[in-house]
Amino acid sequence: MADTSDTPTSSQWLPIAEIAAKVRIGELKAVDLVEQSLQTIADSTEYDAIIATTSERARERAKLIDELVSNSLEGEGDSDIASMSLCGVPFIAKDNFLVFGAETTAASNILKRFTAPYQSTVIELLEKQGAICVAKANLDAFAHGSSTENSDFMTTKNPHDRTRVPGGSSGGSAAAVVLDMVPFALGTDTGGSIRLPASFCGAVGYKPTYGLVSRSGVVAMASSLDVIGPLTRTVADAGYVLDAIAGVDPLDSTTITRQENYIPKALDLRGRKFGVIKEYMAEGLDPGVRLQIESAIEKLAVAGAEIVEVSLPTLPAALAVYYIICPAEVSSNLSRYDGQRFGYSHSNAKDLEASYSQSRSIGFGKEAKRRIMIGTYVLSSGYYDAYYKKAQTVRTKIINEFAVAFENVEFLIGPTVPSVAFKIGENSTDPLQMYLTDILTVAVNMAGIPAISIPAGTTDGMPVGLQIMSAQCNDKLLLDAACSMDGVLA
Amino acid sequence: MADLTRDDILKLARLARISLTDDEASEFTGELGEILKYVRMLDSVDTEGLLPTSQVTGLTNVSRADVVWDYGYEEADLLKNVPEVEAGLIKVKRMIG
Repeated sequence: MADTSDTPTSSQWLPIAEIAAKVRIGELKAVDLVEQSLQTIADSTEYDAIIATTSERARERAKLIDELVSNSLEGEGDSDIASMSLCGVPFIAKDNFLVFGAETTAASNILKRFTAPYQSTVIELLEKQGAICVAKANLDAFAHGSSTENSDFMTTKNPHDRTRVPGGSSGGSAAAVVLDMVPFALGTDTGGSIRLPASFCGAVGYKPTYGLVSRSGVVAMASSLDVIGPLTRTVADAGYVLDAIAGVDPLDSTTITRQENYIPKALDLRGRKFGVIKEYMAEGLDPGVRLQIESAIEKLAVAGAEIVEVSLPTLPAALAVYYIICPAEVSSNLSRYDGQRFGYSHSNAKDLEASYSQSRSIGFGKEAKRRIMIGTYVLSSGYYDAYYKKAQTVRTKIINEFAVAFENVEFLIGPTVPSVAFKIGENSTDPLQMYLTDILTVAVNMAGIPAISIPAGTTDGMPVGLQIMSAQCNDKLLLDAACSMDGVLA
Repeated sequence: MADLTRDDILKLARLARISLTDDEASEFTGELGEILKYVRMLDSVDTEGLLPTSQVTGLTNVSRADVVWDYGYEEADLLKNVPEVEAGLIKVKRMIG
């Protein structure tokens, strides 16, 4: 496929809307797009971004879509082809999404060989719009991590430098998009797992308002924080994906009412008020990252945006809140992996009790165990008030500070991560150091607000991400603003 | 709050149904102690008069009609993932001694 001038980086893929439009009129064949995608995956195996392809089902679905298109062009059949916004568009799902008939491992040994008996709502909705899942991407096991080094299978390499991590936990998804395997990939974001790898790899990563996208059929991590979102090359593409997956789902009772559409329309930035988060520009920020973020803010000002400094004094405590609430919910969610109904089961255990603990000890990796233990500790009687309840109360304080800030500005901005992608192995021996990577992303999950990371230049050849946030349910406006910034920063 | 001891770690592991090797127990004692020390920074955050947050959607008591849905899979599809099946039932180790 020819490169087009309006894509920011050279890519074999047209914008998603154009691909779908061309497939709908038969100008592009879904079967060719799927082969092109599978070929790129096969050519990039040294990055370890992909756990498995779903080639058989993908080829079948592509053939079906092409048949429906040719029938509808001949005036036969009664298909919905004309309304399929992602018609024939190949994508990759993080391996914590259940895809019908495919293995879904969450990159964990305990779920190795687990075959999805049903499909996640998000995959159903994407398929309804004609999108085709071609592969499952690597992640930190159970999405616990910031680098994919916690995957029980392999570490994904950063597309810009194979000695560096891609970020995590949706590192395979981010690398897949940047390696041009697909026009978009799905990720999950509990404390930054979409935005962080987007920042490290130079992709766009969108974290919607909590509850906007159904989590039915997605391996749960921390249920009061988990959201699903797209990783793409452009903000416009992210909007098209969100538009296909947002909305109330009876199978997920935490889902909220959607806005009419999420197709981004570049916003006139003149007079729009952006707050630079003071605490996010504090010391500890890599000088090269600071330079790129300051230059992005400067470009925003030149485009006519009003820039003010905003202080949210409790944000530096957000990471501590996160590393209480997240493990607490993790320890609860991971209790279902007991080796009895599905997943790895230790066959030589002498009784039920031993079967539980041996299956879990062998099946879970170190980080899952670490989080289960922290969670068990902070939820135990005697420590519950001091840790868990205290964290929930500081969470309220963070929510209130965001609410006050959004009374004065429409958007908050800052870096996505304080550094560029670190070297493989650099942080893997010190869990606390690894947790600190999430320091600028977790507050958004506390408050449930939407946020996006968009590429904002490079330092020493490695991508830097600019993070933009808006108030709860302000997803459309955030995408519109990010869409115009995509142009301004390029 | 007292520091975490190795015994605390072993007790937590038992409660969470995880058996640890000696090396793991030592490693976790140090690491979890460091992590808990870090999160204790919250002690200095003033939360006077604030209530805890457990969810952010504001939704309450979401319910649906009590009807059977066709999820498109059969009993056999679900049993495919079960480690041990006997006569269409999930077989587990004995529970009563």
